[in-house]
Amino acid sequence: MEHQRLQQLTKITINDKKFIQTALLSDLRVDGRRPLDYRKLTVKFGRDDGSAEVKLGDTYVISFVTAQLLQPYKDRPNEGSLSVFTEFSPMADPSFEPGRASESAVELGRIVDRGLRESRAIDTESLCVVAGKLVWAIRIDIHVIDNGGNLVDAANVAALAALLTFRRPECSLTGEDGQQVVVHPPEERDPLPLIIHHLPIAVTFGFFSNENLVVIDPTYHEESVMTGRMTATLNANGDVCSIQKAGGEGVSQRVIMHCLKLAHVKAGDITAKIRDAVEIHNTERALRKIKRHTSSVAVDVCGTTATLGGKQNQSVDDKNVNHLDQLKLKDGVNDMECDAKTPGQVQSNKRDGVSNNFIGGPSSWDPYSERVDSDSLKASLASRGQSTPHSKQNDSRSETKREEQPKEVKTNSSSAMDIAPNEGQSNEGKTLKDAVKPKHKRKKKASSNGRN
Amino acid sequence: MEYVSPEGLRLDGRRPMEMRQIRAEIGAVSKADGSAVFEMGNTKVIAAVYGPRQVQNKSQQMSDQALVRCEYSMANFSTGDRMRKPKGDRRSTEISLVIRQTMEACILTHLMPHSQIDIFVQVLQADGGTRSACINAATLALADAGIPMRDLVTSCSAGYLNSTPLLDLNYVEDSAGGADVTLGILPKLDKVTLLQMDSKLPIDILENVMQLAIEGCKAVANYIREILLENTKQLEYRRGV
Repeated sequence: MEHQRLQQLTKITINDKKFIQTALLSDLRVDGRRPLDYRKLTVKFGRDDGSAEVKLGDTYVISFVTAQLLQPYKDRPNEGSLSVFTEFSPMADPSFEPGRASESAVELGRIVDRGLRESRAIDTESLCVVAGKLVWAIRIDIHVIDNGGNLVDAANVAALAALLTFRRPECSLTGEDGQQVVVHPPEERDPLPLIIHHLPIAVTFGFFSNENLVVIDPTYHEESVMTGRMTATLNANGDVCSIQKAGGEGVSQRVIMHCLKLAHVKAGDITAKIRDAVEIHNTERALRKIKRHTSSVAVDVCGTTATLGGKQNQSVDDKNVNHLDQLKLKDGVNDMECDAKTPGQVQSNKRDGVSNNFIGGPSSWDPYSERVDSDSLKASLASRGQSTPHSKQNDSRSETKREEQPKEVKTNSSSAMDIAPNEGQSNEGKTLKDAVKPKHKRKKKASSNGRN
Repeated sequence: MEYVSPEGLRLDGRRPMEMRQIRAEIGAVSKADGSAVFEMGNTKVIAAVYGPRQVQNKSQQMSDQALVRCEYSMANFSTGDRMRKPKGDRRSTEISLVIRQTMEACILTHLMPHSQIDIFVQVLQADGGTRSACINAATLALADAGIPMRDLVTSCSAGYLNSTPLLDLNYVEDSAGGADVTLGILPKLDKVTLLQMDSKLPIDILENVMQLAIEGCKAVANYIREILLENTKQLEYRRGV
């Protein structure tokens, strides 16, 4: 109820209101659009699978998709579940308050949820692992960062984009009874994308007290002037997946049908936009994978012996981290940009890979390893430079012996990286490794716990 | 599953375009300013209206219009499985919002500034179409309370199963997974104020289903008008005019 009061306080001035209304009478909108134009929509993806940022004019929404193995609902024993959670950050709008979800947050979540669930856009049966026991529960978190109007459409696109890029780990059943569930980590088996049949796109219309005024994709100011709204969720085939017109200004059936036809066209456009963005993201993702191998080959050429299986892995990982960091720096979504920079990147990666050989500490995906910047690496490299190549070889070889299973590389890597500069000073690889070992054991345990 | 038999009968023996028995009664809560019970088949809801009265929370007071509040709740015993549902779950929050905005559209709120109108709706028996029944009950209760309104709001649902448009779905038909359209209209102005729809349906079929729902709403409106007229007659008779 508090938000109602704040809405009062932040209400639009009478002059602004009149201005918007009169301008609309001559088919003009305050941001220069025509009544049936959509704002510019940009979709970006995060560095992990299953996250998307959507900008629709000033509106800024991010969404994350995660999956968890849970017991299914009793009435649907062989179907995975899908849930939508919304978070209206108080920074987005003065009327959003921290804490309990407001009515509008609940409504938004329900519109997105219904659009996806009731139209069966996502194949939930493929999310079943053991019927009646374990299914994947997909959770969509939608965070509103900036409210520039029309949150529903932006949130819906964000949820779809995140779902399209989300990948869940593959899992299989083992054991005598075939009931033991093994979740394969992404390094072992490629994670699987969700099966999505169609994309339900939400398109919001604003109605004004004059019956003939209809705008599409209302802005923040228009929202405070308009007297009714309707959100139609359609897919590109022209199937209506859900409609929400919760009271407000009455409109005739003719107008509603007209709106639905308009929404159909817009849904086609938006679907194409999302598909394009996802396509670009996927090629980039595939490219990243290919580069792994090229980099590892390069390291091989650099002279590390073929026996260093663990080493190879390490440089692969290192390469990945590096690449991702670069991507992040550029707010990387645009693959064109990314391609342009590739040659230089490979170079720097090679160098980093080599320098890493010096340190003798493998790196990994671990986000903490980001903290080790190239400067510190260089410093350690310089100090390490005094050591003879012979001892270097020894060092690395002794390490590979210790790491018999290549999987372990990942778990102890970050700790090794953290202490890398120190190692350079002490110049005694062996004792240091011993010091690291217990920590690495602990870490491994923790990670295995986390996986369960 | 077959929801329409080859003879053209539904599970409960109705024809596809037939509504359930509706029954309404005004004045169910003695302390309320206006109240009503509304039944659509086995769905039964009770609505009470308080106001226009002083705004309880001064900070919410509006100087140009009345504050309308609505609370929708479902009794634990209203459904088959008696589950203790947490108060204020997402579904009832949404329905409260929908009912409030629908009623707000027809109440002449600008006539009653600095005041508050409370609408409470409680579902006693749920058998599909609770949203529609609640809106119809709220309309009656508001009229009983003498609150100035633009028009009545009446609501009815319609669906699409076995490639047949069906009017006024019951619980079994509602949970069959087919399309479900809840519509609320202002019958005299012939305007749609509430429209909620789920599931997948092509646009042209939706148009037919909507048309059917509008017919249903108009039938409800006629019935509600009769009830109100009857009620007014009773009041006049008691005054001895």
